[in-house]
Amino acid sequence: MLTPATETELAEAIAAAQGPLRFEGGGTRPIGHPVEGDTLSLANLSGITLYEPGGLTLVAKAGTPIAEIETALAVENQMLAFEPMDHRALLGTEGVPTIGGVVAGNVSGPRRVQAGACRDFLLGVRFVDGAGQVLKNGGRVMKNVTGYDLVKLMAGSRGTLGVLSEVSFKVLPKPDAVASLLLHGLNISDAVQAMSAALTSPFDVSGAAHVPVGLEGAPVTMIRLEGFEESVGYRADHLQGLLAKFGAIDIERRVEGPQSVTSGWAWMRDVQAFAASDEDVWRISIRPGDAAALIERLGDARVLLDWGGGLVWVACAAGRDVRTDLQGGHATLIRASAETKSRLPVFQPEAAPLAKIAADLRQKFDPKGILNPGLMG
Amino acid sequence: MEMPIPAPAVVNDKLRIVSRLKDVLSDEHVISDPTQTRAYECDALTAYACQPLCVVLPGTTGEVSAVLRVCHEEGVPVVPRGSGTSLSGGALPTADSVVLGVSRMSDVLETNYDDRVMHVQTGRTNLSVTGAVEEDGFFYAPDPSSQLACAIAGNIAMNSGGAHCLKYGVTTNNLLGVTAVMMDGTIVEIGGPHMDASGYDWLGLICGSEGQLGVVTEAWLRILPKPEGARPVLIGYASAEVAGACVSDIIKAGVLPVAIEYMDKKVIEVVEDHAKAGYPDCEALLIVEVEGSPAEIDDQLGVIKQIARKHNPVELREAQNADEAARIWLGRKSAFGAMGQINDYMCLDGTVPVSELPYVLKRTGELADEYGLEVGNVFHAGDGNMHPLILFDANKPGDLEICEALGAEILKLCVEVGGCLSGEHGVGIEKRDLMGVQYDPADMEAQMKIKDAFDPAWLLNPAKVFPLSTSAARRDAA
Repeated sequence: MLTPATETELAEAIAAAQGPLRFEGGGTRPIGHPVEGDTLSLANLSGITLYEPGGLTLVAKAGTPIAEIETALAVENQMLAFEPMDHRALLGTEGVPTIGGVVAGNVSGPRRVQAGACRDFLLGVRFVDGAGQVLKNGGRVMKNVTGYDLVKLMAGSRGTLGVLSEVSFKVLPKPDAVASLLLHGLNISDAVQAMSAALTSPFDVSGAAHVPVGLEGAPVTMIRLEGFEESVGYRADHLQGLLAKFGAIDIERRVEGPQSVTSGWAWMRDVQAFAASDEDVWRISIRPGDAAALIERLGDARVLLDWGGGLVWVACAAGRDVRTDLQGGHATLIRASAETKSRLPVFQPEAAPLAKIAADLRQKFDPKGILNPGLMG
Repeated sequence: MEMPIPAPAVVNDKLRIVSRLKDVLSDEHVISDPTQTRAYECDALTAYACQPLCVVLPGTTGEVSAVLRVCHEEGVPVVPRGSGTSLSGGALPTADSVVLGVSRMSDVLETNYDDRVMHVQTGRTNLSVTGAVEEDGFFYAPDPSSQLACAIAGNIAMNSGGAHCLKYGVTTNNLLGVTAVMMDGTIVEIGGPHMDASGYDWLGLICGSEGQLGVVTEAWLRILPKPEGARPVLIGYASAEVAGACVSDIIKAGVLPVAIEYMDKKVIEVVEDHAKAGYPDCEALLIVEVEGSPAEIDDQLGVIKQIARKHNPVELREAQNADEAARIWLGRKSAFGAMGQINDYMCLDGTVPVSELPYVLKRTGELADEYGLEVGNVFHAGDGNMHPLILFDANKPGDLEICEALGAEILKLCVEVGGCLSGEHGVGIEKRDLMGVQYDPADMEAQMKIKDAFDPAWLLNPAKVFPLSTSAARRDAA
C-alpha cells in the first residue's frame, strides 16, 4: 500500500505508477464498481492547513478526518453546513471518514434542501492528475468565477479524473437551537405534501424527512428548524399551525447538548434504518412530487425519504433493478454484492453524448488509465 | 485588446453562410445588414466593439441546434448572447462570428411550487423569473445588479451573483438542470427538477463556462419561498479598517445576513449628489440586511447593532419602515449609475478573503494615487467580492490604458492575498490576459482540456477566458 504524506509524494507516487491505483481515504465508503489495483491511502496526507472563522473558511488536506474538522469548527461554534453522511453503519465499514472521501463522493446530508450540497460549499481543490501533475482550481474565497469550475467537476468524480490533495470550504455558524416537528402516521403521499408545505413556507426549514416505519413501528415525518432560540420557537409555532391539517404534531427541541433531535437527524442522515440487512440499497434522486408514485411502483421495498421527498433511499431484495421503476431522476446502487454490481451499473447510465465527453475527459486527465479505473463503470 | 485574425475564408463567404442560416431560420431572424448588426457589436463593456458576420435569433432549442450544425460544418465561430449586459466582454463578437441571441426564447415552461422548481427558456430576464412567481410568494435568489435586463442564459454562462448571495448562493447553487446544445448541434439534458447529479457534475461545469462549452437554451431553476420580511441597517465608520473588522465580527457572531454591502467616501459623495439618500459623511458605509419575521429581524439586528457599536460607528441607523428601508438601499442601488453620470469608469470584480478587505482597500487607494486616477469602492463585503470603480476619461488619449494598467495591478493584489480575479462578472476578454496571475500554465491546460472535450474545434465564444497566446496552438490546430 502506498501512503504518501505530502502532496509532492502523492504526485511522485502517481507519476511512478506502472499500473492501476485504488484510492482510499478512510475506506468507509466503498461505493462503485470494484477497482483492481494497488491501494494508495490518503490517510497520511492529513491536517487542517487554514481556518479563518471570521471569513467562514477552512482548508484541509484530503486525508483529514471529518471528526478532526468538526471538532475544530465546534470550538468556534461553526460547522460543515452540508452535513456529510457517515456511511459506516449502512455499509458495515470501519475506519475514519475523511474530508477527501466526502468531496470525492459529493457526500451531503438533510440540510441539502436549505443550505446546499457538499459541492455548493466547496471553494477550491488541489489535486493530482493521472500524469502526476499537481493542479488547482478555485481557491478560498466565497465567490469565484475565474475560469472553468473544475471544483464542481472534482466533487463527485470519485478519484477518476484526479486524486484530491487539498480542499477548501465555506463553513457556517452552528445554530444555537434546533427543533423537530414530528408528524405521525402519514402515508407517503400525505407526508410528501406536508414536507412540501413546510418547505414552501417562509420558515426556513433545514430538513424534511419521512420514515415510513419509525423506531416505534409507525410512520414519522420530521421537519427541522434551526437558528437562534427565539426564532426557532416562533417558527415552530407557526409551522405547527400551518401543518395542523396533517394531524397532531409533537415538537422536540434542543437548545444545548446532543439530545434526541440531533441523534434523530443523524440516524436519518446515515440511513441507519437499512444497516445490517442483506438487502441491496439504492439512492434515488427524484422530483419530490414523483416520490409517492415511484414508491408505489417499488411495492414491498423499504424506503426512507429525505430532502422533502427528493431523495429516496430504497432497501430491496438483492439483485433487483429499481431503475426499471424509475421515471425521471437517477438511481445509484450504494450497497450490493459484487455479482449484482457486475450486472447492474452502480451509476445511472448517461446519454451517449455525455458518456463520450466523460470518456474523453478521463483519457485527457488520466492517459495511463490508472486513476480508480472502472470505479464509475 | 488583441483579438484573433478573422478567418478570411469565413468573412469572404458571408453571403453563402448567411443564406445557409436562412435555410434553417426564417429570414427575419437572420440579421446581416451592418446597420442592424451594430446593436450587437458590444456588450456592457463598451470600450470594445466588433461587428459580427451576422446575428441569428432562433426561437426554439431545435433552431439553436440547426444553426449550430450549420456553423459547425462551415467552421464558423459562434458567440452566444443573452441580453448583452456582460461587464467583461463575454459577448463581444469577432468579425468572423455568428452572434446567437436567445432573447426570443423567454417562456416559462413550467412552475411547480410543491417541488420548488421553475423551468424556463434562458432568454428570459432574471427579474422576470422572479416576476412570474412573486405574487405567489416565491422568488429566484440570484440578483445581479443588471437583473432588469440580464438574461438567465448570461447568468448561467457567468455564474452570476448579486447582493443577496451571501445567504442564497450564486447561480450555480440555484441551478438544477439545463438543456444545452453542443457546438455540433447535439442537444443534451443535464440534471432536472431533482437536487443532484448522477455521474460527473456537468451542470457545475457548464455553469460559469462563459458560453464556451455549449449554448444553454432551457434551465431548471430552484425557487424559494419569500421570507416574511427584511430590514436593513446602515452603519457608518471613520475608516475602512474598522468597517472591515465589523464585517468579520458580524459573520463570526453566527448571524447570517442576506447582504452586507460596502461603500467608500468617494461613492457616498457621488451617490448623495445624485440620489440624495441621506447617507452620512464618512469614510466607510455598511448596509446590512437581515430577513425573517419582525421579531426575528429585531433579534438579529440587535446582535448586529451591538457588534457595530463596539466599533464606534459615526452613524447607526435602522430602517423603521419600508420607506426608510428603501432610502437606505436607494443609494446603493443607484451607485453604479451615479458613478457613470460623473465619469467613465471601469468596474473590477476581484474577490478577496474577508479578513484581507481592509488591507486591500488601503493598498488600492495607494495604487490609485500612484497611477493618478481616482477609485471608488462599492461592493459585497460579506463575501469579499470587491468592485473597485476606476474613474477615467475615455476622451483623453492614454487614459483608458492607464486605467487598464491600474486595474491589472489591483487584480494582482487580490490574487496575492489569496483571492481571485473575478467573483461574479466572469473573465471574458477583460481579464483574459491576467489568467496567468491566478493559474499556472498546467492549471489553464487542465481547463482547456475541458474545452477540447466539449468543443474540439474551439468555435464557441472565441477569444474569451484564456490568453490568446495560451490557446493559440489549439485554435490553429482546429
